[in-house]
Amino acid sequence: MKLADLTKPWEALSYGFLDASAKREMRRKMLKSIAVPGCQMPYASREVPMARGWGTGGLQVSLTLVNPRTRVKVIDQGADDSVNAASIRRFIARVAGTPTTMDTLEAGLIQSRHRVPEEILRDDQVLVLQVPNPEPLRSVQPNMSIARQMHADADYGRMWLQLYEQIVRSGRVMQGASYPSLVHGRHVMTPSPIPRWDVPKQHMARHLTILSAGREKRIFAVPPFTRVEPLVFSDVPYKVEDHGDLTCTRSGTRGYFMNEIPQNDGTSAYEVSDSEWGVKTIRAAEDGGETRGETWYKDGKMS
Amino acid sequence: MTLALDAPRIVQTRPLLQVQSVSKSYSDVHALRDVSAIAYPGEVLGVVGESGSGKSTLLRMMNLEETPDTGSYTLDLPDVAGNLFELDRFARRMLCATRIGIVYQNPHLGLLMKHSSSGNVAERLLVAGERSFAVLREKATTALEASEFPLERLDAPPIELSGGMQQRVQLAKAIALEPALLLLDEPTTGLDVSVQALVLDTLKRLQQDRQITMVIVSHDLGVIRTLADRVMVMRRGAVVEAGLADQIFQDPQHAYTQQLVHAKL
Repeated sequence: MKLADLTKPWEALSYGFLDASAKREMRRKMLKSIAVPGCQMPYASREVPMARGWGTGGLQVSLTLVNPRTRVKVIDQGADDSVNAASIRRFIARVAGTPTTMDTLEAGLIQSRHRVPEEILRDDQVLVLQVPNPEPLRSVQPNMSIARQMHADADYGRMWLQLYEQIVRSGRVMQGASYPSLVHGRHVMTPSPIPRWDVPKQHMARHLTILSAGREKRIFAVPPFTRVEPLVFSDVPYKVEDHGDLTCTRSGTRGYFMNEIPQNDGTSAYEVSDSEWGVKTIRAAEDGGETRGETWYKDGKMS
Repeated sequence: MTLALDAPRIVQTRPLLQVQSVSKSYSDVHALRDVSAIAYPGEVLGVVGESGSGKSTLLRMMNLEETPDTGSYTLDLPDVAGNLFELDRFARRMLCATRIGIVYQNPHLGLLMKHSSSGNVAERLLVAGERSFAVLREKATTALEASEFPLERLDAPPIELSGGMQQRVQLAKAIALEPALLLLDEPTTGLDVSVQALVLDTLKRLQQDRQITMVIVSHDLGVIRTLADRVMVMRRGAVVEAGLADQIFQDPQHAYTQQLVHAKL
């Protein structure tokens, strides 16, 4: 008799990989983070079959929220077809049996690394952002105990000072991604390393955004219709990347956030960062069918 | 002919700062023993004593960085009432950010050494809620100018500045919001004599121009004699003698004060 004869055939122990107590922990901390928008909640981050830093925080949230009817979309810096996005999408589908999609409008749950899709999300959609470093104060206060006190006191002078210093030294705010933003007028959060282009998309958005850092074991949220205001001086306006005039070389779409592709001759070509938006634009040009949704930006301007 | 003279006008002022019966112990070391101090508006109170006499502990308490075992602390300011030691952390922080300025002996305690000098001053304004870059820049420049800081080095980080210049940045940061009370902890220690004289001149001019109430702590009697209107002499955590500066320096009563004064002379 072999050992294999004595054991049951393999089957998943729990729906969606995580066990019930892990999901309970995630649900409790998600509810807390929704109750206090922008406030980081510590949680017991579990091991998942992926290295820390590759989206384990987002994956745990996604695995907790999915049900067999949830249509899941996973993007990595805007692309549905990157290795990381494809691996996470397949894993969720395998352990939870969920249908997957690349269409932003079809998705019920979107797990994303560092981008918010260009199409406006609805109130029945959830955006899960992977966060490498959830603490916006880390660059100005390395001692996390003091940083937490600073959050408690809403003591964000040093964050403003950081912006002041950037303007003094470089003539403009140099913060490219992770732009510190005040949520609901109370907590400053890092909106994960999304570009400045994407920060205004979170302001008074209809969808729920959950930001989760698996390695740092912190979760925070932006509930629907919540103010998300980037920290700006009253006389220095917030500026997004100047991509309004760029045209995607593959799809021809224009007025959206672009990835720069350096060329051999020293010039640059551009491709729209939201790959599905590019695909939809190409399809619309080929067959005339219009399946594209409304976008936050129109002609490079926030609408 | 009768000579009519107006009766002299007597104005009674209340002390701006009152510290009463403050005691503080660290395990079995008594840092302060039943210390009381008052400072009137526009006055400079000098606290002098040897190292370990408790003068810096007293100053940190006036800056609400420490809480005593017993005693009370009041400031006679609008919207500031009661014993300040009973304020919560947030209220203490806001009070210190807006009404009290401090210059530390060690500039590393008071400055962000890698940020610009103007940024160090701007930080204080930012904590108080200023959100206009142009106003921050203007107010930081004004405060640095008032503390006689060379404006061509406005954006140089303090780490690149001399000790005297670092103290001027600290001073500019402390006065940027025109505080009611300015605390100075050995502001000239470690500076050479010529720079000491310049910093003292700046302090004296600021005090005369703005009528800021100051508490200056030093073990250097020369500094205290230059600036102080009244003097408290401390030893082993207790006040051994207090009075007008002239009285203390010309007619010291306590043996320890006599020793200090004569040692200096």
